[in-house]
Amino acid sequence: MVPSRVRIGRWVAAARAAQKRPRVDGLGQPRRSESASTRAALYVHWPYCEKRCSYCNFNKYIPRGVEEGALRNCLVTEAQTLLRLSGVQRVDSVFFGGGTPSLASPHTLAAVLEAVAQEAHLPADSEVTLEANPTSAPGSRLAAFGAAGINRLSIGLQSLDDTELQMLGRTHSARDALRTLAEARRLFPGRVSVDLMLGLPAQKVEPWLQQLQKLLDHCDDHLSLYQLTLERGTSLFAQVQQGTLPAPDPDLAAEMYQQGRTILRDAGFRQYEVSNFARNGALSTHNRTYWQCGQYLGIGPGAHGQFVPRGAGGHTREARIQTLEPDNWMKEVMLFGHGTRKCVALSKLELLEEVLAMGLRTDVGVTHQHWQQFEPQLTLWDVFGASREVKELLARSLLLLDHRGLRCSWEGLAVLDSLLLILLPQLQEAWQQHRTPSPVSGG
Amino acid sequence: MKQIDLKNADPERVEKQIEKVFDIPSDECIKISAKLGTNVDSVLQAVIERIPPPKVHRENPLRALVFDSTFDQYRGVIANIALFDGVVSKGDKIVSAHTKKTYEVNEVGILNPNEQPTHKLYAGQVGFLIAGMKDVTEAQIGDTLYLHNHPVEPLPGFKSAKPMVFAGVYPVDQSEYNNLKSAIEKLTLNDSSVTVHRDSSLALGAGWRLGFLGLLHMEVFNQRLEQEYNASVILTTPTVPYKAVLSSAKLIKEYKEKEITIINPAQFPDKSKVTEYLEPVVLGTVVTPTEYTGKIMALCQARRATQENMIFIDENRVMLKYLFPLNEIVVDFYDSLKSLSSGYASFDYEDAGYQTAELIKMDILLNGNIVEELVTVVHKEKAYTVGKTICERLKDSLPRQLFEIVIQAAVGSKVIARETVKAYRKNVLAKCYGGDITRKMKLLKRQAEGKKKLRKIGNIEIPKDTFIKVLKTQPNK
Repeated sequence: MVPSRVRIGRWVAAARAAQKRPRVDGLGQPRRSESASTRAALYVHWPYCEKRCSYCNFNKYIPRGVEEGALRNCLVTEAQTLLRLSGVQRVDSVFFGGGTPSLASPHTLAAVLEAVAQEAHLPADSEVTLEANPTSAPGSRLAAFGAAGINRLSIGLQSLDDTELQMLGRTHSARDALRTLAEARRLFPGRVSVDLMLGLPAQKVEPWLQQLQKLLDHCDDHLSLYQLTLERGTSLFAQVQQGTLPAPDPDLAAEMYQQGRTILRDAGFRQYEVSNFARNGALSTHNRTYWQCGQYLGIGPGAHGQFVPRGAGGHTREARIQTLEPDNWMKEVMLFGHGTRKCVALSKLELLEEVLAMGLRTDVGVTHQHWQQFEPQLTLWDVFGASREVKELLARSLLLLDHRGLRCSWEGLAVLDSLLLILLPQLQEAWQQHRTPSPVSGG
Repeated sequence: MKQIDLKNADPERVEKQIEKVFDIPSDECIKISAKLGTNVDSVLQAVIERIPPPKVHRENPLRALVFDSTFDQYRGVIANIALFDGVVSKGDKIVSAHTKKTYEVNEVGILNPNEQPTHKLYAGQVGFLIAGMKDVTEAQIGDTLYLHNHPVEPLPGFKSAKPMVFAGVYPVDQSEYNNLKSAIEKLTLNDSSVTVHRDSSLALGAGWRLGFLGLLHMEVFNQRLEQEYNASVILTTPTVPYKAVLSSAKLIKEYKEKEITIINPAQFPDKSKVTEYLEPVVLGTVVTPTEYTGKIMALCQARRATQENMIFIDENRVMLKYLFPLNEIVVDFYDSLKSLSSGYASFDYEDAGYQTAELIKMDILLNGNIVEELVTVVHKEKAYTVGKTICERLKDSLPRQLFEIVIQAAVGSKVIARETVKAYRKNVLAKCYGGDITRKMKLLKRQAEGKKKLRKIGNIEIPKDTFIKVLKTQPNK
């Protein structure tokens, strides 16, 4: 039974108390009191937006009157079902994404958190992030979110240039964004992240660097830099195809990225992932779960998850995606308790490939200990040590392979996808050789 | 006199010229515009009134010329024939002079213009004939048909129109070779003015060298290949058969003769082993109004042609005879000529054997490694132009890599043209969370698979598409 009106649940109260305690600057290492097999991060998808941004191809819908109550009940139900199915006992972090999650009512967020806390252990100080759109998140609303259990905000600022914001189809101005940012910092000090885009059509390096500098004057301790990817089916893609807008210049984008990351490094930020920068230890623990290939549960229309269904007696990790369309998803949740549309088992090799590809996105890379948890027999040296092509990459200082593990250099990180085209086949080959014993000679 | 609707047309002047040169009274000249339909009906009248009937002998044994044919899926080959002697009826047994095969006539008739079956066709008539021929090769244009047991002297056959534009034709993938082969055979059956020779390229595999009457003819043919036969085709600049006179005893023994034809540029024998190189030449005749003489002479000179003769036909027209290297005219000479002269200049050519030529082998290198597929044999004078073009096309079509690529065109150790492709500095997915992971892994693995199929020169990966873009004929700038 789900509460129908706002009522401060036990978990929310504890969470608020935790928020008031001084934050400990961690290196981001999770406590290992429970084994990794019974822990997971939780992603919650809120599918609605006020309008569609010109570059967005996420699973989002413009609603004609939202039945928030029904959606809330379904989110709660699916959360309970998947927690039981996965046998997860501890949820390390929660992320409300979308769509525009800041359009959801604080009551809905609180209901989901309470349900999770009842089903599994959700530490009071675990990271609970809400993606916030500057327009729909004035100060008062932000406070209400905090009261509901949110303790971290990710603001989709995207640009500090109003013309660019219009081209992107955003519903706010640069001033709105900075105002929201200031409010957020007041309510969640040290726990606010901003997104900035680079490589937009017609964008030049100097003006963008000026945006970054300006942002540095206002931002908190976490920043995400995203290069625009033109996705087929979006309005921006169509405009570039037709010639209404110039295609983004990849060399300029590369220049912005290189100069941008250097500026951030000099400003005390640690680039801990391809697109993510943090200072004073303000790393996002939720996203780290993805890059370390920890388990994650995805609830809501179109949400993705990867976990072992231990609660149902399973032993193999599966990749799941929930039904995309909200109405259909709700019907399925009401009928079956969850709206899982697709469920594919991952082979051991596929999981290793993910460990490699995701781990190399971080500055730490793939450590030997981390690799060993997934593959106890083959070491990174066994897989990559003898490859001629890998040796060339090491010689070019794009990669490093040493006593710590395998990781990208500063330059290598920027061209990781090319490096992976050499590393992945090498992993496959080493895996095949390891699996198939050498043929017996003669006969 | 056709195309009188054109802006440049000057019917009165041309009329007077014809009167002067050919002694044809201008009132006999029918001026038409096919585009506007002007006077077209008078042409048919004039054909009937002025063209004498054919001199034929009905009593002699059958002699019929096959001058065209079409292939019908249900009825087989439909041959268009002109009877010079005799009679042919349904049920007759006829023989092809070319293949010596015998057929029974199923149907004959005339065309007005639709098929109208008749019982017989008589000498002097033109019509169609169906005789159970199943394959396109059974009805050769220019063939003679006669009655079984009444063999005749074959008719002289057709003098087919000279091809003016040539192209290399290759299937996009070698697995489509047979499909394309059959498509070309079928199309050329119904279009005998296309010449066909087999050819091959290191980069593109087995293909053909086709000859067309003009650029438009080639484009239409290509379009029909794609639309009617679903064939996807790469058109390239064709090669011509160069020769070399060997001086090295060892090579003479290897090839079993002193003068060899160089089919593959990779076989090009080194200068030290050769007395001389030879290239095929043609004697070309250009007839043009005098106002275009200067431009045309410049065009010919640019094509390494040497002037043999220049005759003024009258105060308005000149005839130029030039010796052209064949490879200079195979692609777009004809169209350039027509374009320069607003269509008034004419061109004809005949084979003129071979002449000595300063040929060289030009290598294309990527970061110092030779790309075999792009080795070209070229005349010394044209080496720079050709080399530069190839380098520029490579620069535009080579995908960027992790490191810089230096493209060079070289003759021996001398670099004659150069371009560079910068390395890319960023190639990593911006957002990689939850849902992105599966998609990204799929994409990476697909790309890794694709990479395996790429041609690798040193560390540089070259997709087939790059070769196609470099080798295919491109429209004149």
